[in-house]
Amino acid sequence: MADEAHGGGGIQIHPMDQFKVEPLFGGDHVGMLTITNVTFWLAMSVLAITVILVVGTRGRAIIPSRAQSIAELAYGFVYKMVEDVAGKDAVGFFPYIMTLFMFIVTANFLGLLPMSFTTTSHIAVTAILAMAVFLTVTFVGFWKNGTKFLGLFWVSSAPLALRPILAIIEVISYFVRPVSHSIRLAGNLMAGHAVIKVFAGFAAVTAIAPFSILAITAIYGLELLVAFIQAYVFTILTCVYLKDALHPSH
Amino acid sequence: MAGDSHATTTGQATDAAQGAAHGATDAAHQAAEGAGMPQLDFSTFPNQIFWLIITILAIYFILTKIALPRIAGVLAERKGTITNDIAAAEELKLKAVEAEKAYEKALAEARSEAQKIAAETRAAIKEQLDLATAKADADISAKSAESAAHIAEIRDSALEAVNAVANDTAAEIVASLGRPVDAGAVAAAVEAQIKGDA
Repeated sequence: MADEAHGGGGIQIHPMDQFKVEPLFGGDHVGMLTITNVTFWLAMSVLAITVILVVGTRGRAIIPSRAQSIAELAYGFVYKMVEDVAGKDAVGFFPYIMTLFMFIVTANFLGLLPMSFTTTSHIAVTAILAMAVFLTVTFVGFWKNGTKFLGLFWVSSAPLALRPILAIIEVISYFVRPVSHSIRLAGNLMAGHAVIKVFAGFAAVTAIAPFSILAITAIYGLELLVAFIQAYVFTILTCVYLKDALHPSH
Repeated sequence: MAGDSHATTTGQATDAAQGAAHGATDAAHQAAEGAGMPQLDFSTFPNQIFWLIITILAIYFILTKIALPRIAGVLAERKGTITNDIAAAEELKLKAVEAEKAYEKALAEARSEAQKIAAETRAAIKEQLDLATAKADADISAKSAESAAHIAEIRDSALEAVNAVANDTAAEIVASLGRPVDAGAVAAAVEAQIKGDA
């Protein structure tokens, strides 16, 4: 790939460079506490959430301003999702799920700013989020239902002979959940951003540039959709898993 | 861009050398980063995970301490306001219905009052009219009685005058015939003649 890039004259395509974790204030070593571009863009997501949900609602108006409407819309959207998908007894987890949704959605959209860094395109980030959900759900399942939680793996509606086999499949699928949960989010965002970068690389060739710019525009539009949908999918899956933990019977 | 590549052909050897050198270092670098995917460079994981946990905790803190209670409060307050407004509207509606009833009642009362007043007025006028008619009737009958008396008087006086004239005339006629006038006989004769005529 490096050879292609250097030997190919004008075309310089480094679609993965945008995902590099780099120290913000010089140096090469990325230690645990180093201030990196990851730190910066994570902080930006905190700032964005604060602006949307705290600054936007400072009027506490009965008739909301536009900013307050956005905050209320986000609140209502996630609250209704938790209530509808995970059940009324899951509303105690609403702040946790709201945190996940707001973080993912703002990180995804901040990642679409030109020259920015997409924190949610990194498997390290999404894996931690997915593992947190997995551990929470497993813990809540056992805490609320005791050993009855294991009934989740015992498909009582299936013929008795099939149940042990189904139980193995169910257990495997249960443990694969955090993997698919995290890779779905990181993979979608990484692929979209990489494709944009590839087309951006082709824009260096005059003959292809118009097509390339058109393609970037189209994919950018698609990525706006993906940014929201992936946050929505991550959140709704969290709600589904939480429902399993609270009501494990099939 | 094609021109660029032609221009670089002259220095191809040096470029190739440089490229090879770059390629070697890049390859080494990328091998360390896991085949060119920064996502698989495990050396950056502690950094990302540390800052992610800080971020999530910060967001969770901001949401639970400030944003969510505030938004929930605003939504609850709005719901309360709407409920209150609807209740107030119902109350006003009831009041309006009551006011309409009171108005209709007042209207009906006024109408009956008006009818009563009209009837009373009519009765009073009729009474006055009857009184006036009776008075007029009495006046008329008194006047006609007076007139009848007057006429009778006139008639009597006329009759007396006729007697007197007849007596005088008879006496004159007797006198002119050269006979002594007996006033009493003449008067009796005239009287008998008038009575006989009557």
